[in-house]
Amino acid sequence: MIEALPMVRAGGASLPVRMAGALRDVYVVTRRNLVHIAREPMQLGDVTIQPVVFTLLFVYVFGSGIPVPGGTYASFALAGLLLLNLTTSSMGTAVGLTVDLNTGVIDRFRTLPMWPAAVLVGRSITDVLAATLCTLTIAVTGLLVGWRPETDAGQITAGFGVALLFAYSLSWLAGCVGLWAKGVETAQTFGFLVLFPISFVSNALVPTRGMPDWLRLIVDWNPVSAVTAACRELWGNPNPSAMHSAWSMQHPIWTALAWSVAILVVCLPLASMLYRRRTTD
Amino acid sequence: MKENMLQAEGLTKRFGTIQALAGLDLAAPAGSILGVLGPNGAGKTTALRILTTLALPDSGRAQVAGYDVVRNPAAVRRNIGVAAQNATLDETLTGRQNLLMVGELSQMRRADARVRAEELLRTFELTDAAGRVLKGYSGGMRRRLDLAASMMTRPPVLFLDEPTTGLDPTSRHRVWSVIRGLVGEGVTVLLTTQYLDEADQLADRIAVVDHGRVIAEGSPAELKRLTGGARLEATLSISDHAALDALRPLVEGPFQVSEDGRHLRAPVRSTAGLVARVVRVLDAAGVDVEDVAVHQPSLDDVFMRLTSAVPVEASVWMADGQAARKPELQEVTR
Repeated sequence: MIEALPMVRAGGASLPVRMAGALRDVYVVTRRNLVHIAREPMQLGDVTIQPVVFTLLFVYVFGSGIPVPGGTYASFALAGLLLLNLTTSSMGTAVGLTVDLNTGVIDRFRTLPMWPAAVLVGRSITDVLAATLCTLTIAVTGLLVGWRPETDAGQITAGFGVALLFAYSLSWLAGCVGLWAKGVETAQTFGFLVLFPISFVSNALVPTRGMPDWLRLIVDWNPVSAVTAACRELWGNPNPSAMHSAWSMQHPIWTALAWSVAILVVCLPLASMLYRRRTTD
Repeated sequence: MKENMLQAEGLTKRFGTIQALAGLDLAAPAGSILGVLGPNGAGKTTALRILTTLALPDSGRAQVAGYDVVRNPAAVRRNIGVAAQNATLDETLTGRQNLLMVGELSQMRRADARVRAEELLRTFELTDAAGRVLKGYSGGMRRRLDLAASMMTRPPVLFLDEPTTGLDPTSRHRVWSVIRGLVGEGVTVLLTTQYLDEADQLADRIAVVDHGRVIAEGSPAELKRLTGGARLEATLSISDHAALDALRPLVEGPFQVSEDGRHLRAPVRSTAGLVARVVRVLDAAGVDVEDVAVHQPSLDDVFMRLTSAVPVEASVWMADGQAARKPELQEVTR
């Protein structure tokens, strides 16, 4: 019956062909997002200007008043500043997705024979590229203000890798929020209500020894604390949290990886479910 | 029976308390243009969204290019091009980048997509604007780019939601000829439109949709016949019953008379010299007449008669430029 119709295109490409197509869709969507950034470079302010400002601000203004056992504030705070910036900038994913969903271009995508999830994956890859730029900016600024990693290249790279994996998982968490939020404002509110507290209620910027027990419990199990402590350990920087008895602070690398994987395991399927729900009517 | 390229049976769709579709049936054989007419809110766009896999029907089924839109949306998407009513292109990309993106996301090779994009940019006279970001495009330019995007992969089935809304007359005619050319190549087109002349000009079959179902379906000629032929309209200087008596032998049905008695209307059989005869008859009866006209049925009449959106009287008088005070017409049976 179908054969009787003229010009009809049959489907049924083999799995490798379909996977190659899916990868290409991700590439095309990512490239589109990068063109957006190139057209409005100020979108990158939160991964270029903000990290420099925060680094200078904390190292010179707060750092002079915060004693760090076993090192300088700059060498202590850099890992924390990296996490602070990576965490808060993941809000960009939520906002970017919300903007996409509220424009007609998603309807266009949905009538094309593309891999539907390419919209989400492309967004998360764009954000990892931005996070990498953020990491480079902070590393360079850190070196200028006196941060020095004390370990070998492999461990230094591993530290950045742990941080970027966490940033990637957060971009999927933020993606879920962006898919759930009705408007850009909701997505931004998420940033202030969730991302700022988890960035600051952590060991990122201050030694936590003086905190009351209940707060320290929260701080020790905060994923941001774990990733920060993991980076400090891998870079040989002062890591006062290592004296805490919490398992998460004794094994920060494993905790950091576990958090990242756990967030991905929950948020990847959740995001695709939310995306389907959001784009079905 | 010949297999239809596009077929919908008993589609229903409810949004909250609004029954957008209430058992909609549509069919278009390959290589034909199906025009879907209907007032705003009739369900045209909802039907289009279901047929283009953007929405799921509550019940009923639909096939496009032989594939079920619910069970095999991916196969449907390989065979369709869509130009929706609202702009569905990327505002931050240039016109050319938009077309290339659509082509590449439709699994075209980049080189092929480039060639096709340039071809379409020329067809829709967008070559000069192709390097500009969409934010600077006019409404008509966006419309044309949307149409170009829908045709990137040369799909066998095209869905065009009000394709010429916002276009100037020249661009409209150009788009019409592009659509006719595609149909000549065997493409099947479903187009919704508010312009009845557009449906008249382009469509092989027309489905008039109201309250979520098809209330009339046929060729433009068949639909025009539904209105029952031509109509005499006369405007008198002052109300005068002598006019009705004088005209009764010439008309084929009951008169409608406006409240002030000056406007008369009645169905007639259109014959040569009818207007002249009407004028002579009225003159002989001593009736002072301001205007006499015989209206041939148009799709507008069909549309107005079949849909409940606008009462036929109001539309007619408004069309005459007398919208300021529309005379109420009353049925006169004697």
